[in-house]
Parts: sequence; structure tokens; C-alpha cells
Amino acid sequence: MIWNKEMECMGRKNMQEIQSQRLKKIVSYVYRNCPLYKAKFDSSGVKPSDVKGIKDVQKLPFTVKDDMRDSYPFGLFSSPVGEVKEIHVSSGTTGNPTVVGYTKKDLKLWSEVMARSLCCAGAEPGDRIQIAYGYGLFTGGLGFHYGALEMGLTIIPASSGQTKRQLKLMTDFKPRILGCTPSYALYMADEAREIGLDPRESSWEIGIFGAEPWSDSMRKEIEATWNMLATDVYGLSEIIGPGVAQECRHKDGLHIWSDVFYPEVVNPETGRAAGEGEAGELVITTLTKSGIPLIRYRTRDNVSITHEKCRCGRTSPRISKIRGRTDDMIVVRGINVFPSQIEHVLLAIEGTQPHYQLIVDRKAGEMDELEILVEVEEKVFSDEVRKLQVLEEKIRKEIASVLSISAKVKLVEPRTIERSEGKAKRVIDRRKL
Amino acid sequence: MKVEQISVFLENKSGRLAEVAEILARSGINIRALSLADTADFGILRLIVKETEKAKQVLKEGGFTVGKTEVIAVEVSDRPGGLAGILNVLNGGGINVEYMYAFVQKSGNNAIIIFRIDGLEKAIDVLQKAGIRILKGEEVYSL
Repeated sequence: MIWNKEMECMGRKNMQEIQSQRLKKIVSYVYRNCPLYKAKFDSSGVKPSDVKGIKDVQKLPFTVKDDMRDSYPFGLFSSPVGEVKEIHVSSGTTGNPTVVGYTKKDLKLWSEVMARSLCCAGAEPGDRIQIAYGYGLFTGGLGFHYGALEMGLTIIPASSGQTKRQLKLMTDFKPRILGCTPSYALYMADEAREIGLDPRESSWEIGIFGAEPWSDSMRKEIEATWNMLATDVYGLSEIIGPGVAQECRHKDGLHIWSDVFYPEVVNPETGRAAGEGEAGELVITTLTKSGIPLIRYRTRDNVSITHEKCRCGRTSPRISKIRGRTDDMIVVRGINVFPSQIEHVLLAIEGTQPHYQLIVDRKAGEMDELEILVEVEEKVFSDEVRKLQVLEEKIRKEIASVLSISAKVKLVEPRTIERSEGKAKRVIDRRKL
Repeated sequence: MKVEQISVFLENKSGRLAEVAEILARSGINIRALSLADTADFGILRLIVKETEKAKQVLKEGGFTVGKTEVIAVEVSDRPGGLAGILNVLNGGGINVEYMYAFVQKSGNNAIIIFRIDGLEKAIDVLQKAGIRILKGEEVYSL
């Protein structure tokens, strides 16, 4: 089922017409209402009247994460704070947290795009959904909640954690849809087996996984383990939360709702537009938001984009699965390392589930050291020292060949690697740079 | 003829071995025999207990990775040359020992050696033909 056939299946020319109208409107709105944007536009010498169509978006200055942090808490709001009906805050690892505020209109938009996303994944009105994303300041739980409410699902608002209870809810209420982080889906499978449940017998037929980068091999693992369709949902709180883009059953890129979130892909170094299918940084302009509209927001997510019509019938552009976040990316001895590459290696080596963590360190006067902690699961465990050493060596060699970098591999006990909101912390950088 | 052995993955951090012992103690599980193999980073603890399944379960609940394998327990007379005799038999039969550990019984004059071997059936056959006594599982569990 397609939730909003008109917007999701529109021809490109008509879509550009709508995008152009909306861009003109939003640019003049932020210029009039948000001093920070006025200053940004003025200093780069563009006036709202220079924007005549969607193509002119390229004339506009970028917005970056630091703009949000520096203007904490209300500096980026274009609407009066009193019109904001809901506030979400994401924890900041450095400096201020990021705050996002939704007006009533924005909440309606969020419901709409999440309803489109849920339908896109294969949900039908009347289905039951177990939402195991955290509810609260994190956008995951409530975003799914609003979308599910909008499209008429029966909601089990489980929130994150309490795995045994999650499994009981699944067993008792038989939801067809599951929403959580992909690493939590695998984690739950371990727990299920421990209490004697066969994950392949679960009621979940469709998983909508997001909030952290994950690879196609992890998808295969989840699909085989749970006997379900595992789809990717994309979103970020700065733009709206979950619901920016979503895979359909063909799993051939994520449909981005470009009538409201206008996507560009740019070269992260030069800021110039990347070609169709070419990898670069995803930049999004929110065309209809009123609380905190963002102009050309640099997501730091590495993707490519295609405008070809999908087999599902939607014409919305599709972004590739996130190839890594630039804030996740680490440069070790001059080499770019994405955690997703490591994950890929671990999955390719038979049976190793991707509970891993990268630790980068640099001792005074020495080169960077990369250490990879890998949790030893029952499947790969052996009572023979030699076999575990062979496993370590195999991982080390594979990483050396894929990344051209030598890393130390350390096997660790299960659940050693810290998980918060079911989201594993993949990188610890101890270098004092 | 075969004896069940559980193995536990341990990181080389202080207190992990004590944690295993503690978990088993709390569940009233008595350890019959054990051996610890270690490298710079990790160790593997091998245990023989009477309640294999229960031990496996409580350790898993305690967050450990636990495996189960089969080994054989061989009686050897507690005098010089006792072990050499058995190893010669195995060697002669073309049998490779992955690892082994030994303990001496509280009573009696014999020691017991636990062998971890790939191809247990063949090893049992070779040892029995040489007249070497292999202990039954129950004998080991109730030592």
C-alpha cells in the first residue's frame, strides 16, 4: 500500500514545481523569522528573491551541526517558542546537546512521513506494531508512534530494553511489525534462544530498523535469524527524527520523501553537487517545517542517490544505504575507517555476530593503534586455544586486506561492549588530537 | 565411555575466574576436575561437573560464553612411566591429542587423565585394545 500516492508517485517535473514553490516560501520564512539565517544569508550575499526555483537551492549556504549546538537552546527556531508543542534533545558527546522543536504542523508532518515509511516497509492498517525504540527525548519511539497512529496500526509501545518483556509481548500479542535498532534485533535473538524460543517462529514479519548504520550482511543475518523482512529506515532528529527515508520490500535504496525533505548529495570536501549514483554527503532542506526549518543541512551521512522509478511504483528519489557517517568515520594512520567495513568483515567470517568495538589510541610519539574488540559468541567459541587464535588471526588478516591497515584483534566476553538505547557504541577514540 | 566437559571463555581480567567459581558455588555445583589454558588476552576454562546442563545454564545466565564437548577419562597407574605408556598407545594408533590434563584420585593408586581428542571413537577403540581402562561418565562425575 502507498500512503500518499499523489506525492510518492508524482512525475519529476510536477514534483520540481512543488519543490520550487515550497523552497521559495521556506527561504523567505526563515529569513524573516530566524536571525541566524538572516545573518547567514546576508554574509553569503544571497537574498530570498534570488531563489526562483528548486535549482537555486545550490546558491544557499549550508547549515551544519555546530550551528545547532552554538544556537542552543532556541537560536535556530523560526517560530515563536510558544508555538512549539514538543521538544526533543539528543545527547551531545561534546559541547551542547542538539535540540529540536516541533510545532503542531511539524508533528502532523512527522506523522505523515512516518505513515508513508511504515506503509513503504509493508505495514497495512490493522497490523500490530511493537515499537522497541526508546520513548522520551530520543525521537525514535515517538516518531514511530505518531506514524503508526496516523496510519491505523495497533501500537505496542514497548520502548527500548527489558528484552525478556519484549519477547513476551511478541509471543502474547503477535505483532507483525517490529521497530528497533538492528543491533538490538540480533541481541534479542540471543536472548530468545536462551529462554528456549525459536526466533524463526516469531510473529514479526517485517522489521523497520534504523538509528545506527548497518550493512547488508547484517540484514541477511537478521532476516535469517528472525525469518523476517528487514528494512532500513532513515532519519535524524535535526530533520524530523525517523521517517526521512524508508526502504520498500525491494530493498533497493531508501525512498526519501522529497516533497518535504529536499535531498542533495555533495562532495564533502568541496560542497559541489555529486552526480547521479555518485557517493557523497547527504544534504537536506526541509521544505515545509515551521519550528526549526533547516536549509541545506549537512547530515554527515555518506550516500548516493538515484531518481529512477522503483519497481514498487514510487517515483520518489532513493538514497543508498548509509555507507557510514562521517562522525563515525575514523582516520587511523591516514586511512579512513568506517565501522561498517569492520562489521562486514566480521559477518563474512562465518558465524561471528557483529558485536564489536573499535578503539583507537596513540601513545606519545607513536603511531595510531587500532584495536578491535569482538565478542565471542557461542557459535564461534571453542574449547581449544588454537582454534580461537586462528579466528583472531583470520579477522586480523581480513581487516588488513579490506582496509589496508593492521589492527589488533581482541576477543572479549559477551556483553562486554556497552549498549545504550540498544545502540552499540562502535568507536572509542582515545587519541588526544 | 565419554565424559561431558564444559568450557568457558574468560577474558584476562581480574576476578573472572572467581566469578565462575562463585556462580557454580551459588548453584551448589561441585567441580570434579578443571584446567585453564590461557594466552596473553584470554583464557579457556574447562570443567567437569556432575550437572553439566545446569552448570552451562547458570554460567550462560551469568553472561559467559559456554561450550560443551566430549572428552575421555583414562585411568593410569600413579608411577613413573604411567603416562608415557598411554601416550605411546595413542601415538601408535595415529591419534592426535588436542590437550589433556590430569588429576590424582583421593583414594587409590591411580591418576586420571582427561584427553581431548578429535576422533574419540577411534581413540577409545585403540586404548581398549591395549587393555587401558577408560572411565565411564558416571564414574568421573561421582569421584
